[in-house]
Amino acid sequence: MGTVPGAGRASAEDGRGPTRTGDPLGVSEALWPAELRALRERRLKASEPGAWARIWAPGRELLLKAADTAHSEGPSAFAQAAELELREVSKRYPGQREPAIRGLSLTVPAGEVCVLVGPSGSGKTTAMRLINRMIPISAGDILLGGRSVLARDPRALRREIGYVIQQIGLFPHQTVGENIATVPRLLGWPKRRIRARVHELLELIGLDAGEMDGRYPAQLSGGQRQRVGVARALAADPPLMLMDEPFGAIDPINRARLQDEFLRLQRQVRKTIVFVTHDIDEAIKMGDRIAILREGGVLAQYDTPREILMRPADGFVAQFVGADRSLKRLALTTLGELQLIEPNGHAEDWLAGAPHTDGMVRVGRETSVRDALATLLGEEGRPLAVVDGDGHVEGLLTLELIERLLSAEAAAV
Amino acid sequence: MSAPVTAAAGPVIPDYAAQSSSCEIDNRLFCWRWVQHNWGPVLWPALREHVVLALAAVAIGFAISMALALAAHRYGWLERPTTIVTTILYTIPGLALFELLAAPVGLNVFSAEIALVSYTLLILFRNILAGLRSVPAEVLDAAEGTGMSRTQTLLRVELPLALPAIVAGLRIAIVTIIALATIVYVVYDRGLGVPIHTALGEGPFKTELIAAGGLAIGLALLADGLLVLGQRLLTPWARARAS
Repeated sequence: MGTVPGAGRASAEDGRGPTRTGDPLGVSEALWPAELRALRERRLKASEPGAWARIWAPGRELLLKAADTAHSEGPSAFAQAAELELREVSKRYPGQREPAIRGLSLTVPAGEVCVLVGPSGSGKTTAMRLINRMIPISAGDILLGGRSVLARDPRALRREIGYVIQQIGLFPHQTVGENIATVPRLLGWPKRRIRARVHELLELIGLDAGEMDGRYPAQLSGGQRQRVGVARALAADPPLMLMDEPFGAIDPINRARLQDEFLRLQRQVRKTIVFVTHDIDEAIKMGDRIAILREGGVLAQYDTPREILMRPADGFVAQFVGADRSLKRLALTTLGELQLIEPNGHAEDWLAGAPHTDGMVRVGRETSVRDALATLLGEEGRPLAVVDGDGHVEGLLTLELIERLLSAEAAAV
Repeated sequence: MSAPVTAAAGPVIPDYAAQSSSCEIDNRLFCWRWVQHNWGPVLWPALREHVVLALAAVAIGFAISMALALAAHRYGWLERPTTIVTTILYTIPGLALFELLAAPVGLNVFSAEIALVSYTLLILFRNILAGLRSVPAEVLDAAEGTGMSRTQTLLRVELPLALPAIVAGLRIAIVTIIALATIVYVVYDRGLGVPIHTALGEGPFKTELIAAGGLAIGLALLADGLLVLGQRLLTPWARARAS
């Protein structure tokens, strides 16, 4: 739990564009317009003088067009994420009087993580599966990048939406590489492009491509399987990812590691993500926004983690986030964001080697206030020295400082 | 005893008796010389016919069972009636079934194959269906979630994962049918059943009985072994375990 729970959250606000790697066009050859592909074929054969120029002029137009569409949508190396909007979505199963989802409306901005959280029976998984139409919608509409999912062929839609489930569901008879290649193969990508993509993704999830490509799922650890599941979902570079309790079956230590890893990955790939969990702590850690559902599929609150912790909409939300919500709030702030205490009148001493801090416990500026508080309590209230990445002391942290932070936040409510 | 083979109904070498050795005349347990002399005219043709009879039956039975299993996999209600019918077919005693078929179909290859095929259906149908149903739910969920169509899921996920169960069914079926095909001679005088029947009618003539019966057993073991080998080659993932 040591590192930077809030680190992934900055992602949406800083507005950097999508990261792109691989194919400079950012578009799979399979999606090239037919004329362009034919053109390429001809170009490969063209050898007579002057053929190049004759072919290039109209080809250039098409290439530019293809590059344009790659920006707006379509599989490419980390293309732009799409906004997701649920409009008054309801689901009633046949033969049941009460709907599983009731008039659910929420918008997930492009590139943000929306966590659906709630007790069992709140319909969070149902809500997620409505999005890729694995469960048919009863009423309302869902828009992905402004287009209704109801107007799409369900299979084509699903190939555009990454899908990760708790049990992972890797194909046991296929190698890691084949598993990751699932959607690109369905989309008919050329073999060479698939291979390159698989290796790129293995690298991205931190697995050795040479060693792992040919392994079978049975030969992987739980954490490795989970990573491969995420890579498979990312393979065709979908504008949206659905993740149903992706870390639910992992032990707590590895879960924290996978969460951190995933947040780092998300900063790189910037997907719109719908993430289902029953664990409010995971929701707070992973979510840019949290949608809290109550029994019967009613949206209780949809807000940022900080807002939900500071201003729970009602008793249900307050109870669901827990009595320790001020503590959870502290987990959202890192020491680097605090106005730390200047060492009293001895600034030069501090900078010159800080004899006064010798006996103090040092904590990194990336540490969450919550974790620092725990350390502080263990130190019986003696101040902590907050250091930057190079080990330079930035300032001191005391219990009073944390108290002041909490009361300032409380005053803002 | 002096001319055991000339009395037989099967293929006979006219001058066989003249060539008979004392081993054959005394009907000792196994006369290698007889086998050498009769491999070409008797045993080898019978073995070839036996292979064709058994392979054709299993191949046809497999095609029918696969179709039935795929249908039952998609429409669950088909399982019960199919199981009932194939079980009834399976329980009919072999000789009785051949006799039943002889009248309407005639003494020909069709009677033989219809009977043999009907004995493969229960085994193959149940195994194929069990294999298809053994695919874990989360794997099917992932297949659907990644945008596979039903046919793609079947071809890329369900059938490969059902392969071990399917091969297990094929092994039982082929061994059963190779054994059962030795009584096909009742309606169709082909296969290893013919020399076995001949030998039985003559005392029995031990050498021919052992040779033909041994070939049937060897054939069954060989077929089983080939299927095991084939499965190992086709399911490399089954042996891949955490190292």
